[in-house]
Amino acid sequence: MADKLIGTDIAPPDLVAKITGRARYAEDFRPDGMVFAKLLLSPMPHCRVRGVDVSRALAMDGVIDILRAEEVPSREGPRESCLTDEPHYEGEPVLAVAAITEEIAAAAIEAIDVDFEPLPFVLDPLDSLRPGGPTAYNGGNYFARLPDAESGDPSVFQDFKWTEADFVEVDAGRRPSEAASTRSWEKGEVDAAFAAADLVLEEVIVHQSVTHHPMEPRTNMAYWENGKLYAHVSTQSAQATKGALAGAIGIDADDVVVIAEYCGGGFGSKIAGSTVMQIPALFSRKINRPVMLRITRYEENYVGRARPGFQAWVKMAFRNDGKCTGVDLFIVEEGGAYGSGDNNTAGNIADLIYTPQNMRFRSVSMYTNTPPKAAQRGPGGAQIVSMLEPVLAKAGRELGIDNLQMRLINAPGSDATMGPRNGRFTSVHAIEALEQGAELFDWAGKMELSGRREGSKVTGIGVGLSPYTAGSIGYDGLMVIRPDGKLYVHQGIGNLGTHSISDTARPAAEILGLNWDQVEIVWGDSSLGQPRSSVQAGSQTTHAHTRANHAAGMDAARKIRAIAAQTMGGSPGDYVLDNGRVFRRGTSGMALAQIAERAIQMGGEYDGHELPGDIHAQTRPAAEMLAGEGLMGVAKDNYGRSGSTYSFVAGFAMVELDHETGVVAIKEFVAVTDCGTVVHPRSLAAQVFGGCIQGMGMAMTQRWVFDPQYGVSFANRLYTARPPGFLDMPEDMKWGAVGIADPQSPVGAKGIGEPPVGAGAAALTTAVADAMGGICLCRTPLTPDIILAELEGRAPAFGRLDQHVG
Amino acid sequence: MAIIRDMIPAFDLFQPTTVDDAVALLDEHRGQAWVIAGGLDSYDWFKDRIKRPGVVVDLGGIEELRGITDAQGGLEIGAMTTLTEVVNHARIRSEYGVLATAAEHVATPQIRNQGTLGGNISQDTRCWYYRSGWPCYRAGGNTCYAAAPKAMNREHAIMGTNRCVAVSPSDTAPALVALDAKMVVRDGGSPRVHDAEDFFIGPAIDITRMTVIKPGDLLTAIHVPAEWANAQFYYEKIRDRGSWDFQLVSVAAAFQVSGGTITDARIAVGGVAPYPVRLDAVERLVSGTSGGESVATDAGELSIKGGRVLRHNDYKIAMMRNLVRRAVRSVA
Repeated sequence: MADKLIGTDIAPPDLVAKITGRARYAEDFRPDGMVFAKLLLSPMPHCRVRGVDVSRALAMDGVIDILRAEEVPSREGPRESCLTDEPHYEGEPVLAVAAITEEIAAAAIEAIDVDFEPLPFVLDPLDSLRPGGPTAYNGGNYFARLPDAESGDPSVFQDFKWTEADFVEVDAGRRPSEAASTRSWEKGEVDAAFAAADLVLEEVIVHQSVTHHPMEPRTNMAYWENGKLYAHVSTQSAQATKGALAGAIGIDADDVVVIAEYCGGGFGSKIAGSTVMQIPALFSRKINRPVMLRITRYEENYVGRARPGFQAWVKMAFRNDGKCTGVDLFIVEEGGAYGSGDNNTAGNIADLIYTPQNMRFRSVSMYTNTPPKAAQRGPGGAQIVSMLEPVLAKAGRELGIDNLQMRLINAPGSDATMGPRNGRFTSVHAIEALEQGAELFDWAGKMELSGRREGSKVTGIGVGLSPYTAGSIGYDGLMVIRPDGKLYVHQGIGNLGTHSISDTARPAAEILGLNWDQVEIVWGDSSLGQPRSSVQAGSQTTHAHTRANHAAGMDAARKIRAIAAQTMGGSPGDYVLDNGRVFRRGTSGMALAQIAERAIQMGGEYDGHELPGDIHAQTRPAAEMLAGEGLMGVAKDNYGRSGSTYSFVAGFAMVELDHETGVVAIKEFVAVTDCGTVVHPRSLAAQVFGGCIQGMGMAMTQRWVFDPQYGVSFANRLYTARPPGFLDMPEDMKWGAVGIADPQSPVGAKGIGEPPVGAGAAALTTAVADAMGGICLCRTPLTPDIILAELEGRAPAFGRLDQHVG
Repeated sequence: MAIIRDMIPAFDLFQPTTVDDAVALLDEHRGQAWVIAGGLDSYDWFKDRIKRPGVVVDLGGIEELRGITDAQGGLEIGAMTTLTEVVNHARIRSEYGVLATAAEHVATPQIRNQGTLGGNISQDTRCWYYRSGWPCYRAGGNTCYAAAPKAMNREHAIMGTNRCVAVSPSDTAPALVALDAKMVVRDGGSPRVHDAEDFFIGPAIDITRMTVIKPGDLLTAIHVPAEWANAQFYYEKIRDRGSWDFQLVSVAAAFQVSGGTITDARIAVGGVAPYPVRLDAVERLVSGTSGGESVATDAGELSIKGGRVLRHNDYKIAMMRNLVRRAVRSVA
C-alpha cells in the first residue's frame, strides 16, 4: 500500500524531546528515597569467590546494604545470573552495594575484601580445542544435552577437543577434520562439485569480536509499590521486556510495570532488557527503596555484550563462467562466557548469497572466558559476508570476470533456497538492488579507476551483498479512536531511535483516512496498555507491526463502517473514510469523534468490551483496560506467510589505500536496499547509512584486545575500542531503495536494521583487497599495521589465526 | 581492595587566579597537589581512581597563562592556551604551520576546545597496562607488563626504551621539537627554560615522568623562536581512525630551504619512543641536499637505525621509515 502517509517523511513524535534533552531515559528518574547501587566486578577471567568481608563497607555512613549472589536467582549450566560467586569473565558482577550516594557506594566497593581463587581460563577457542588446552568451565568447554536423561540431569559439560592431527593441519594453514565440528549439514553433491570445478579457492579467515557499545549504557532503576515492580529499563523492546524481567526474577508478568520510553541504542545487546536489570529490581525488594544502577562506559564494556569472533576455513568452487558451485565452510566461533549461535546463521547466509546448490557447513562454538556474546546487528551474516565477498572478487579476478558480474551471477532471486532445509523466501530483489546500486555508483566508471596509482595511493573498488531476516508475523495491533476524534495507537514495541515506534502506525492511519496530526502514539509505559508485540530486534518490527497495525486498523474501519451504516443508513460497504470522517459519496457523513461516542454507547465489540478470540493472552488485559474509551481496533495479524522474509543491501565502495602507511581512506559509498515498500524514506536512509557505517567500523577500526597471559581486556573505552567516527566516513554517500512491495504483507514493508552492516563491511573488505591487487587479507579489522605488513611482505606479528589482537 | 572505575573520588580543589598563587599552592602542597589544565588526561586518571590526589590545583582561572603574544620575533604561547586557539591563530598558521597542523590532529573539536597546549605536552602516556593501574616500573613497581613476551604492545615504543616501553602520546610535542621551542617552567625560584627536546624525557632519566616537570613545578609558557618561522614544514600523523585517536607514528619536520637546497632541518618523530625522537643524523644527512627521492630513501633507512621491536609493533619500523622519507621528499 502506498498512499498519503506510507512513503513520506514525517518527523517522529519524540524528536523535539530528544534534541532538547527533555527525553527521559532510565537514568533520568529520581523517585523519593532512591539509592544508588554500584557493582563489584570480577578482576579475573575465571575465578571463584572463596570469601568476602563486607564489614568495613557496611560500617560506612550512607551504605544501605549489600546484595550477594546467593540472594539472586541462580542458573545451572552456562546460563547467566545477574550476580555470581564464580565469574566466568573479567568484569562479571559479583555483588552490589547500595548507598545514599554513588560516591559512597563506590568507596564501599573499595572497602570490600574479596578472596578470589584464580581458575584456569581460555580466551581463544583454538586454545580450548587443543588437546590438554584450558577450558572455560570447570567441567569442560562444551555444553551438551545428552539423549539419555536417566541421570535426571541431561545437560552436562564435556571436553570437546581436536586431535593432534587436526592441529597439524590447522598449523599448516589447512582445515581440521570432519570430526572436529559439533554442528554440520550438507546439501547437494559437495565433493563432486569441487571435483568438477574449474577454480577452487581456499582461504583461512579471522573475524574479530567487537563490543556493541550503544550510546546509552544499560542503566536501570526499579522500585516496588503495592506488590508491583516498577522498572525503568534501558531496553530495545518494551512489552517483551515485561515478561523477560518477570521470568528472570520469578514473579508474575502482571506484577511488572516496565517504563522504557527511550533507549539510546542496543544493536541487539538489549533485546528484552539486560541481565543487570534484575539487580535494581531484586535489591529494591530487599531494602524497600528505589534503587538506581547506572552502568558506566567501563562497565558497559564488560556487561554490554559483544559480537562473537570467527576463525574459519572456506573453500569455494567456481565454474569458468563465474558461477559458484560449491561452498565448504568451517567456522570456529568464540562463544564467550555464555555461548553464541552466530555461526549457524553465517552458514545459512553463505548458502543464500552464493547460491552454490552444493554446500557443506561445519562449526564449533567454544565457551571462552571473555564477556558474553549476543546478537549484534546482522549477527553471523555481517561477519560472513565481510569475510567471503573478497573471496568471490578474487575468483572473478582469476577467471577474468568483473566483480559486479560475479556478484550478479551468484546473487539469489525470489526462487532462492537457503540452508539444509532449503527454506524459501517471500521476495528477493537482490539483483535489482545490485543493478540500481551499480548505476548510482557508476560501477563501470569506477572500475576504470581500480588499481590506479597516484603517488603511494592506490584506488580500490568493492561491492558486497548482505541479506538478513527482516520480519516476523502473528502479533497483535491495539488502538482506540477516542471521542476527541484522534486515533491512539498503543505500541508495545520499543523506541531505540529507529522511528518504528511511530512509523509502524501509519498503515492504520492510512486505512482510517486520518491525517498524521490526528494520530497519537501511546508507548513506553506498560501500564498504559500494550498489545503482544515482537521484540525490537532481528529487523522484525517494521514488518511485524505494520501488519499488526494494518489488521487492527482494518478491524477499526470495519466497525466504523458498521456504525455509520447503522446510524446513517445504507450498507457498510458504501462508506469511505477520509480526513477524519466517514461518509457516503456526496454526503458529509460523521466525524470519527462522533463515531467514537457512538461506539461507547453501543458497547460490545465496538468499544472493546467484546474482544476477538484469537488475540494473545498478553494483549487481552491491555484491551480490557481500554474498553469503553472509544472505538477499539484490535486484531491479530492473521495475514499468514509462506517462506521467510529477508531484506538485502548491496554496498559499493571506492577506497584509496596508501601503500606507504597502510591507511585506507573511503572516498565514496553507495548502498541500495531491497526492503520492500519504503515507509519512511528519511528514517530508512538513517538505518541504511547507520548500519553500513557500523559495518565499516567493524571492517576497518573496531577491536577488542585481551592480554593473553592475564586474560583481561584493554580496549574497554570508546577511544580504544574505536567505533568509526565522522572523519572515517566518505563525504559522498548515497543510498537508494528498490521499492518493490513484498507480496506477502498487506503493507509490503520489510525490516532493514540488520543487513546494512554486512554491506558496509563487505564493500570495504572487497575494495581494500582490490587496492592490494586482489590480495585478500581475510582478517578484520584492516588496520594500517596489518595492511602494511602484507604490503611489505613481512610475516604478521601474530599467529595467522590469533583472536583478540586488535 | 576491590577495584571500581568511573567515579571520581573527592579532593580539595584550589582555583588560583595568578601564577604566583598557583606556585605557592604547589609549594604548600608539594607531593600531594595535582595540576589540572584542560583536565582531559587528569579526569581519566581520577575516574579510574588510580591517581588519587588529595589536592587539585586548577589553572583554569589564571588569565596570564592564556593567549598568544609576539615575543623576541617569535611567539609566546601561554600554557593554558587551548588547542583550538593554537589551530586558529593567524601567525601560527602562516609562520609555524607545523604546529597548527599538529594541534589540529589532536582528538576531536570538543577536546581541542577544552584541551590546552601545556596539557597536551604534559600528558601522561596511554600504555594500557599502566593506565589500568598495573604495578609496573612507571607506577613504581618492578616490571614492564607491556614488554612481556605475550603482551599486547602494538602501540608501544621501538626506540628510547629503558625498562618501560610506553610512548609519548602528544601530537604537538614533535612539532614543538621541530620548531626548537622552549618550555618555560616556574617553581618557587626564577623561571627555568628547557629546550623542547630536553623537556620530554625518557625512562632512563626518570621512569615515572614523561617530562622534566617535577612536583612543585608549573609549566607557564611555550616559546616558539623566530629562527624557524616560515620554514618549509611537513606534518603527518598515522592513526587507526580519523578522529579521537592517538598517533601510531607521526612526523614533524622543518626545513630551511635556499635555492632548492636544504640548508638546515629539524625532524622529530612521535609515537615511536617515550619522547618525541629528534633525528639529528637524518637532519645532517639531508642538509645540503635537495631532498630528492634517493636522499629521502636514505633518510628513511637512517631514521630507523637502532629500532627494536616488540611482539606486535614491528610495523612501526616501516611506518616511521616511510613517514621520514615522505617528509624529506616533500622538500623537492
